[in-house]
Amino acid sequence: MWRWLHPYAKPEATYRLNQKMLPWFAVPGIVVLAVATIWGLAFAPADYQQGDSYRIIFTHVPAAILSMGLYMTMATAALIALVWQIRTAEWAILAIAPVGAVFTFISLFTGAVWGQPMWGTWWVWDARLTSQLILLFLYLGVMALYAAFEDERTGAKAAGILALIGVVNIPIIHYSVYWWNTLHQQSTITKVITRFEKPSMAPEMLWPLLLNILGFALIAGTLVILRLNNQILQREVRRPWAQAILSGAIPASQAANTGAANTEERG
Amino acid sequence: MNPRRKKRLAITSSIIVAFAVATGLVLYALSQNIDLFYTPTEIVEGKGNEKAMPQVGQRLRVGGLVVPGTVRRLDDNLRVSFRLIDNGPAEVTVEYQGILPDLFREGQGIVAQGILVEPNRIVASEVLARHDEEYMPPELARQLKGIEHVPPSQWQTQPNASNDTEEGGGYDR
Repeated sequence: MWRWLHPYAKPEATYRLNQKMLPWFAVPGIVVLAVATIWGLAFAPADYQQGDSYRIIFTHVPAAILSMGLYMTMATAALIALVWQIRTAEWAILAIAPVGAVFTFISLFTGAVWGQPMWGTWWVWDARLTSQLILLFLYLGVMALYAAFEDERTGAKAAGILALIGVVNIPIIHYSVYWWNTLHQQSTITKVITRFEKPSMAPEMLWPLLLNILGFALIAGTLVILRLNNQILQREVRRPWAQAILSGAIPASQAANTGAANTEERG
Repeated sequence: MNPRRKKRLAITSSIIVAFAVATGLVLYALSQNIDLFYTPTEIVEGKGNEKAMPQVGQRLRVGGLVVPGTVRRLDDNLRVSFRLIDNGPAEVTVEYQGILPDLFREGQGIVAQGILVEPNRIVASEVLARHDEEYMPPELARQLKGIEHVPPSQWQTQPNASNDTEEGGGYDR
């Protein structure tokens, strides 16, 4: 059933697949994000009670959703790395963690900037804000643990275990606003899914928001692909296939951006 | 799957399940304490199965909806008082001196932090506004909910606000 996946245990196969996918993430990602951001900031109508301040939702919500989505992706890679001991999966943990941490930070920062004028406070220790802060610490912990060991594979194993254990925080973040009373309001996007016929956001605001989520997802994919390919090349630098790419002996269409960047770096 | 992988999968999954169960139990035990605020019903009737009543003099947060028609300026400075309600008949009175957040209006969700001076009266040192997950343009809000949001900073200058100086204004009823 999973036999088609087996070739990607080989770093070279993953590298080539990544290079093929990269333009399909990068180009639509930049276009969609630009369109959605301009649509949301300039053309969507102002809110009846929050005025123009609500527009930060077009960055806040996509960053928050992706911070959790990236964590689940990282945890999946961690599970594969622990059980099947595939090195590309270990490198994927390292490729995803900083991207996820940045998205988490963006969601916390935009949330604070939004909270100050609307709620009246930058920060409050309610269940949603606190659990999202814990997510940031989990990402930082995974990165720190990965680098804390002399032997890289031991570090990857430790980081993988932490990443998997941290998965319990994801449902807590999502359901915090339903389980406990919090200052943070409940989820707009969940309502879009559960009662699509009557979403709690006017359609002319909802569409740019959904488009922004897609744009953030594509950009997140682009960043992870770039980082993973850099990890692969760095680890495999002495292998003939990597040498061939780094010396520019293969067609430019396959080497693309990452290969080129690395060639310059390493001469 | 070969036996070694199967064993690793079993160990990994059991660690995760054990940790999830432990976290679940901790959160269940703490569930009463993770709430950010008391609701007016919980202050008047007690909280949880044990009906634990907050003590007079206790510092606490209360969260509820501002009862329409209860917002009053107490004197000519920034002192204001209003009542909060959730589902039940229970209401608590909040007194506050300071600038109300822009989202404040009658019918809006509010979280106030302060000291319980009587079983159902709180002198607040901080008033935060909650907002719901609904976003819509002003015309739609007028049409759908009959809400015209006027931030507290514009109450006096608003011609359609109540002409009774005691009354705090808010939306058209």
